[in-house]
Amino acid sequence: MIETTKGQMDESLLEKREGQSDTDTETTEWVEYWLDGELVHRSVHVKLKHAALADGAASSF
Amino acid sequence: MANSTAMCTSFKGELLTGTHNFTPSTGNTFKAALYFATGSLGAATTVYSTTNEVTNTSGTGYTAGGVTVTNANAPATSGTTAYWTPSASFSWSALTVTTAFDAVLIYNSTSSNKAVSVHNFGSQTVTAGTFTLTMPTNDATTGLLRIA
Repeated sequence: MIETTKGQMDESLLEKREGQSDTDTETTEWVEYWLDGELVHRSVHVKLKHAALADGAASSF
Repeated sequence: MANSTAMCTSFKGELLTGTHNFTPSTGNTFKAALYFATGSLGAATTVYSTTNEVTNTSGTGYTAGGVTVTNANAPATSGTTAYWTPSASFSWSALTVTTAFDAVLIYNSTSSNKAVSVHNFGSQTVTAGTFTLTMPTNDATTGLLRIA
């Protein structure tokens, strides 16, 4: 069963579309379910690869 | 303007005054909030705000203020780099947000909601689904927060 905008629906009644994109900073996977041309479910999973960096510095005399 | 990944400049200053404590269990509570792509969060962000924060298109999957960050990872060092990463993904279920969002703000809810960092990702929408943000590997190369 899939949670949709129309409540729980059997997956067999829906058209499933999936995709993935990959960049330097993240990998994204998404899955959509469509019913008669209408998007009724979309979930997204973003996997971060790396993030914020601060450079530390100490002055010399 | 747009949201951009950054360690907040105010946070860097607050490290010098001992404002933030990332120690697991006994440290501060940190939260993660999502923001619409129309936002302008980045290095200049100093505090959590509801301006441009994600709101539900329908349902109640998103609560203002975001989710509590799971912290079982003590800050660590390797070589000349200090690092810290939340120990679990951020996740929102039964979520419907059809306006594009592309950033998460981590902030310290124990310390007046002071901003820690902003992390930008590709614009997303979610419909009656789940949005999960999985953390990078907690090490000196990829950790969510790194001070080198």
